[in-house]
Amino acid sequence: MPVIHVTTTEGKEIDLSADNGRSIMEAVKANDLPMLAACGGALACATCHVVVDPDWYERLQPPSEDEEDLLDTAHGLTPTSRLACQILMSDDLDGIRVTLTPMD
Amino acid sequence: MTTAGKFTTDVAVIGAGPAGLFAVFECGMLKLHCHVIDALPAIGGQCTALYPEKPIYDIPAAPEVSAAELIARLQAQIAPFAPRFHLNQQVVALQRREDAWELVTSRGTSIQARAVILAAGAGAFGPNRPPLAGIEAYEGRCVHYLVSDRERFRSQRLVIAGGGDSAVDWAIALAEVAAEIHVVHRRDRFRAAPESAARLAQLAAAGKIQLVIPYQLAGLEGDGGRLSAVLVKTLEGEQRSIAADHLLAFFGLVSKLGPINDWGLEARNGVIPVDPATCATAAPGVFAIGDIAAYPRKLKLILTGFAEAAHAAHAAHEIVHPDRALHFEYSTSTGVPGQ
Ligand SMILES: Cc1cc2nc3c(=O)[nH]c(=O)nc-3n(C[C@H](O)[C@H](O)[C@H](O)COP(=O)(O)OP(=O)(O)OC[C@H]3O[C@@H](n4cnc5c(N)ncnc54)[C@H](O)[C@@H]3O)c2cc1C
Repeated sequence: MPVIHVTTTEGKEIDLSADNGRSIMEAVKANDLPMLAACGGALACATCHVVVDPDWYERLQPPSEDEEDLLDTAHGLTPTSRLACQILMSDDLDGIRVTLTPMD
Repeated sequence: MTTAGKFTTDVAVIGAGPAGLFAVFECGMLKLHCHVIDALPAIGGQCTALYPEKPIYDIPAAPEVSAAELIARLQAQIAPFAPRFHLNQQVVALQRREDAWELVTSRGTSIQARAVILAAGAGAFGPNRPPLAGIEAYEGRCVHYLVSDRERFRSQRLVIAGGGDSAVDWAIALAEVAAEIHVVHRRDRFRAAPESAARLAQLAAAGKIQLVIPYQLAGLEGDGGRLSAVLVKTLEGEQRSIAADHLLAFFGLVSKLGPINDWGLEARNGVIPVDPATCATAAPGVFAIGDIAAYPRKLKLILTGFAEAAHAAHAAHEIVHPDRALHFEYSTSTGVPGQ
């Protein structure tokens, strides 16, 4: 199972494993880490905003226009901001590094 | 506008999303009267606020129904039970009184109810406020999330933040009255109606609106609730200051659990644990249903919320009428009032 290296807003590092095809949001929620993900992956909010490590960012499929529209409503954006519900895990992404953003 | 009042009822339902609305029906069938409170000005929860036009395909016996239509049908279904709605106000406090719970809203409405059904989804919907240090001090006076009076901004220097219809439409509408408008957005593309986006580009070309792109909000400068400048930065962190009297921030709606976290319901990561058989929370007489209710293998679906509403109503009956045994009957036997 591919592994996701997650850094929390407090700087705590946690390794999660996720089945191929599940989103990073689902893996974070399944492991009870602090993330709101209010709309449950329906692409209707930006509360699963994560910052992807720049080296990994390049390897992701670019965000869809719908994801970009929602990123417009996120705060504290960085050049490698993404919505965790839109990153589906695969063996290619084994070892990806993401940092969570504040829940409020 | 309704004025603050004091009310007593059988069941207070917090949240007018699909789960809360159907709870009114299930309670009504058991002759429990409901008051329903929602932070939004309209009923329907996520269905109304986030996706009214989208078709839903997984409502039993409704092969395809738009979210708005689903809410309209629920409204018709509960009408015979004459629920009392208190909209546009957030429940800010829930306290135990002698033999009832008292809810107080942001508008000062007080409702005493024997049982409470919390159908609060992901929390109360409200404006998505940018997390800028000290912003509270400016809100209402110099920082705004909606425009109710255009004249207020006559001859003022405005910063409008956001990239959607509200930001674009207000920038266009206020260009005629404001002294200066800066529109702050993180990228060139605006997710607005094409005609509006084109009009914005025209006004920018004519120098009537300054586009501040690609920037995001970074801070506020001012004194005693009076704004003097809005700080913005690029995604890379390069900062710039824009002299301004008002900031209009249009980032859509977000839901916040807010005060619900403090009601002793063991809220964690935005959800509240319940016993799935009754939807009872840790507080006796307070039930949670719909997206906010959590138990192992919970599915956040409208249909789950409907079933939970039935469980919670039956359990609430025992709280409201502890002396009255509930004789189970189907709707085919009881009918509904007025039919
Ligand atoms: C884009 C999208 C598509 C979806 N598609 C489907 C689908 O096809 N099928 C499906 O089954 N589900 C779907 N869902 C999920 C579905 O909408 C939710 O499961 C459902 O809305 C949950 O209903 P609810 O009544 O529990 O809460 P909500 O609909 O979230 O309503 C909660 C209400 O409570 C109010 N509230 C909260 N706290 C307070 C307070 N303190 N004071 C006052 N008011 C308060 C809020 O303002 C809100 O209006 C979709 C969701 C989205 C975003």
